[in-house]
Amino acid sequence: MSFPGSGLAKGLAVTLRTMTKRSVTAQYPDVQPDLPPRTRGVIGLFEENCTVCMLCARECPDWCIYIDSHKETVPPAAPGGRERSRNVLDRFAIDFALCMYCGICIEVCPFDALFWSPEFEYAETDIRELTHERDKLREWMWTVPEPPALDPAAEDPKELTAARKAADKLAAQQAAEAEAREEEPQDRPDTPGEGT
Amino acid sequence: MSDALDIALRLVAVFVVFLVFPLVIGQTEHKVMAHMQGRLGPMYAGGFHGWAQLVADGVKFAQKEDIVPAGADRRIFQLAPAVALLPYLLVLVAIPIGPHNAVGQALDAGIFFVLAVMGVGVLGSLMAGWASANKFSLLGGLRTAAQLLAYELPMLLAAASVAMAAGTLSLPGIIEAFHWWWVPWQIVGGVVFFTAGLAELQRPPFDMPVADSEIIFGAYTEYTGLRFALFLLAEYAGIVVLCALTSVLFLGGWHGPFGADGLGWLWTLLKTVILAFGVIWLRVTYPRLREDQLQKLAWTVLIPLALAQIALTGVVKVVISS
Repeated sequence: MSFPGSGLAKGLAVTLRTMTKRSVTAQYPDVQPDLPPRTRGVIGLFEENCTVCMLCARECPDWCIYIDSHKETVPPAAPGGRERSRNVLDRFAIDFALCMYCGICIEVCPFDALFWSPEFEYAETDIRELTHERDKLREWMWTVPEPPALDPAAEDPKELTAARKAADKLAAQQAAEAEAREEEPQDRPDTPGEGT
Repeated sequence: MSDALDIALRLVAVFVVFLVFPLVIGQTEHKVMAHMQGRLGPMYAGGFHGWAQLVADGVKFAQKEDIVPAGADRRIFQLAPAVALLPYLLVLVAIPIGPHNAVGQALDAGIFFVLAVMGVGVLGSLMAGWASANKFSLLGGLRTAAQLLAYELPMLLAAASVAMAAGTLSLPGIIEAFHWWWVPWQIVGGVVFFTAGLAELQRPPFDMPVADSEIIFGAYTEYTGLRFALFLLAEYAGIVVLCALTSVLFLGGWHGPFGADGLGWLWTLLKTVILAFGVIWLRVTYPRLREDQLQKLAWTVLIPLALAQIALTGVVKVVISS
């Protein structure tokens, strides 16, 4: 404290400086918020990927996922083959009145059938309407954004490394084969038709 | 006939100022306070940046039920808001805004009248506190009384210093006698006057009588609807009056670097608005003083300062005239 009252002056300076800066108010209904990627707004169901394994429903801490299904038999793919049975989804519903947005169902889904969507404007006047049925959950899928880009120096994603490994292996194999084919003619001392 | 018309016109002008300026200052407070806190403030009422927010508030207040508590002293309770508000209207009549008699009514003892009537305004809070039959109201009323006692004195002393310097009690007379070097000469008195005025208006940081975290809303706790709105209006009318008075007494009113003849009223207005901004600025910046700190500030700082100012004024006056 250099002189008495400097604290008071400092306070005045702070408020004056704040006044000249842009205010931080979000004018929400007029201006949509700029949400970060991976915002937990609503859960979308990509039902084509769902195999009714029930993992999501079992892991849900709130028990807010309802799944009904039945089995169907699929005729054999090749003549003389065996009939297969397949799970068919009858109902998939998430009760967002119970959901606590923990995202465990999305983490646990082994088939990438559940996704976070940043949409959050689905308030209802009746609590029963917060149970989103299958078609509504499928509609949310259209609002799921692309996954954000990786950080500049990040490791490559697993899929990419695996694919690259496979591609490298294939390329090495092809190169080896080509070499083997090329080495074959070199076994002969002189090759006719090459020295023209 | 023309005399009557002249008086009527002046009174209408004063009344319009009385109705419009407090609202303008209130709206400015909404916006300035918001931006000083990193917010936007009202944005919807009226369409453009919430300019009609206070009009909407007024409509809301008018629609609310006017309740008088069963145990309250009915007459006094209902009269209090008027007592709080009307003195400021009366004071406004006597404040000159420009040269050549641009004043509601020029009074010979202008300062005396103005300060006496402003003191009456505080009585409204006292009446409200006593009549509400509520302990919080009573506490608020007593705090108001204590504040009035503590701050009326430095305010009067500071005003007396200016009156001594000018050798007159009339407000236009004081401005006529004003020279630019009065500003540094009377600066201490000006600060004391302004601070004491803030305290008398119960503006933050001197708002212990309405300290909402301690005694709900002090003397106004039991008020609803229009009567409550009148108390709020009285606060803003008080800001107008205090700022106008400070600019008249200490900043030279209509005197300015140029255009003192034609644009005198503009200078008065400008000084008043700047001071009003200062009032808002102080409110946003400082936390509320404790009741004992308030009293200490008045009796150990402001009054000695005001007395020193009077002594200085006297000495300089004698040196000049001899």
